[in-house]
Amino acid sequence: MKIVILVKQVPEADKVAVDPETGTLIREGVDSILNPYCEYALDQAAKLKLEFPELNIEITAITMGPPQAKAVLYRCLELGADKGYLLSDRKFAGSDVWATSTALKEGVMHIEPDFDLILAGKQAIDGDTAQVPAETAEQLGVPQITYGVDVKLNGKRVEVKRETEIGYQVLSVRMPALVTMSKGSNIRRIPSMKQVLDSRSKPVETLTAADMNIDEDKIGLKASPTQVDKIFAPPAKTGGEIIEGSDPKVAAKKLLDYLVENKFIKG
Amino acid sequence: MLEVDIEACTGCKVCEKVCPFGAIVVVPETKKAKVLDNCTLCGTCVNACSFDALSIERKAISEEDLAKFNKVFVWGEWEKKDGKIVIKNVALELLGKGRELADKLGESLAVLLLGKEVEHLAQNLIHHGADIVYLCEHELLEEYSTDGYATVISTVIAAEKPSVVLYGATPNGRDLAPRIAGRLALGLTADCTGLDINENRQLLQTRPAFGGNIMASILSPYTRPQMSSVRPNVFPKPKPDENRTGEIERVDVNLKPLSIRTKIIEEIISHEEGINIEEAQILISVGRGIGSKENFKIVEDLAKEVGGTVSGSRALVDLGWLPHPQQVGQSGKTVAPTLYIAFGISGAIQHLVGMTSSDTIIAVNNDVEAPIFKVADFGIVGNMHEIIPEFIQLLKEYKQKN
Repeated sequence: MKIVILVKQVPEADKVAVDPETGTLIREGVDSILNPYCEYALDQAAKLKLEFPELNIEITAITMGPPQAKAVLYRCLELGADKGYLLSDRKFAGSDVWATSTALKEGVMHIEPDFDLILAGKQAIDGDTAQVPAETAEQLGVPQITYGVDVKLNGKRVEVKRETEIGYQVLSVRMPALVTMSKGSNIRRIPSMKQVLDSRSKPVETLTAADMNIDEDKIGLKASPTQVDKIFAPPAKTGGEIIEGSDPKVAAKKLLDYLVENKFIKG
Repeated sequence: MLEVDIEACTGCKVCEKVCPFGAIVVVPETKKAKVLDNCTLCGTCVNACSFDALSIERKAISEEDLAKFNKVFVWGEWEKKDGKIVIKNVALELLGKGRELADKLGESLAVLLLGKEVEHLAQNLIHHGADIVYLCEHELLEEYSTDGYATVISTVIAAEKPSVVLYGATPNGRDLAPRIAGRLALGLTADCTGLDINENRQLLQTRPAFGGNIMASILSPYTRPQMSSVRPNVFPKPKPDENRTGEIERVDVNLKPLSIRTKIIEEIISHEEGINIEEAQILISVGRGIGSKENFKIVEDLAKEVGGTVSGSRALVDLGWLPHPQQVGQSGKTVAPTLYIAFGISGAIQHLVGMTSSDTIIAVNNDVEAPIFKVADFGIVGNMHEIIPEFIQLLKEYKQKN
């Protein structure tokens, strides 16, 4: 059985900020990491591989990005992926959701055309769009289940517990299919020394658009229906009154006074 | 590709300073700008260059072709409440914004209403601003499915050629919209917080990026329809006008059981019946500062006393202390209650983007440096475990007296 994991390298979002004076991104000291939701997807794949040894599950991690995005593939190999592919080409620059999913689709079809299951993070913590996996599924012509928290294999079908607004639903679909993962019981693991050593013998390959025979008109900025018009800092917020150093009793009284004064509590 | 006109470049370094990604530098030896691999072609430097030395080649579409697309569409998402089908608030919120966009464009506003028996929702949609309701009823649309809904909506879009399509950024909206964008090769901007029409009659879509640390405005200049998703509680719900009239247009739906590939095996309601943090007027929200699951008891008591609903930050959902439908923030829900009281929430940006539209924000936290205080109207630096019991006591006394 072949499982493909689509992963993304992201900056640690908390640390990215905009200089309010110049409007530029402050990026000193911002590390790049494997998107946490992609890591949950990989954890899920690794669990399936352990659970079903008879299926000979092979896990392939694919990412698109600049040359330095290779780092997240090495991380995937340490965490259980068997091989990694980086789709990297200046021609991919400026790709929006559509163009990114086109490149990923071409990548999957070039690398693992007879995949059974594609797992991806439900969203990336930098863009938070949650759209690339679904558009990729559409372009590949396979069904999708989004916001999964648990994946079970059942013969030719996959059963996914999915987050809904009121709880969960369990959906079943015949493979090949694409599933995006929320956290669930999956975790971000620390690889063992053995996993780290083993990962060094696993292959990582970089592919350009030409390597995959992708038509240049279908990728990058030119093929992107959406374009960034402007980037700017959000309006700065200033806080209101802050009470400090009060006894809990006094603090509780002040809270009550505020609520009464503002008519949240009526007498 | 971002091109540098070497003749025109003076090496002034303005591009280097304005680039949000550090993707363009002036090489000291040549004193000319050089584009690096991480350039995203966002175009910020092109506008900033005073010497027209930078350019990005972008393709154009004829105005004739663009003019063929008109009408603003809204997906009329509904939900089941106590067994009844009711329209979701986000769909009504989108009708309010959609009306504004349609008026600016001089186009009509239409709702895509899909389901098994949903005709009874149509008049209310017209009262909330719709001119047309496309009624798509079919046995197989009884429950939401990616395949069924994407197929029907794509077909209506292809036939009717709208200029704009708006979706609620709910779990199902975020499942559906990219599927349609993928099928029709369209631009799609997720989780917009602002929508407007610019001087070129384009949809100007504003959204937060990097967890809300920066804002980006986005256009889809060459493709139609322009599609966006918007989170619940971002736009206000319009007031219904019962005298408004509109037309209901029935759409023939052709679906076969085999065209819906996913099957629903089970539905699980994980939170208490009636808890909907998106609609609550008062939210008592807790974060990591709560310390243990046992401490929820007192928070629930407090919520009961003030007539509020309990919500929380992602940390608590990850710990399994709070069901995810009660999570506020980027990976949870966006809320806008009249009163939001945050106990022991530090206020990571991902949390703040989910609650800053609340009318009044009160924060209690023992760390004076906690970012939550920057958005709070009223803040108390102190220990929530000490303050809450005192507060409940005082509140009970106050209620007795009055």
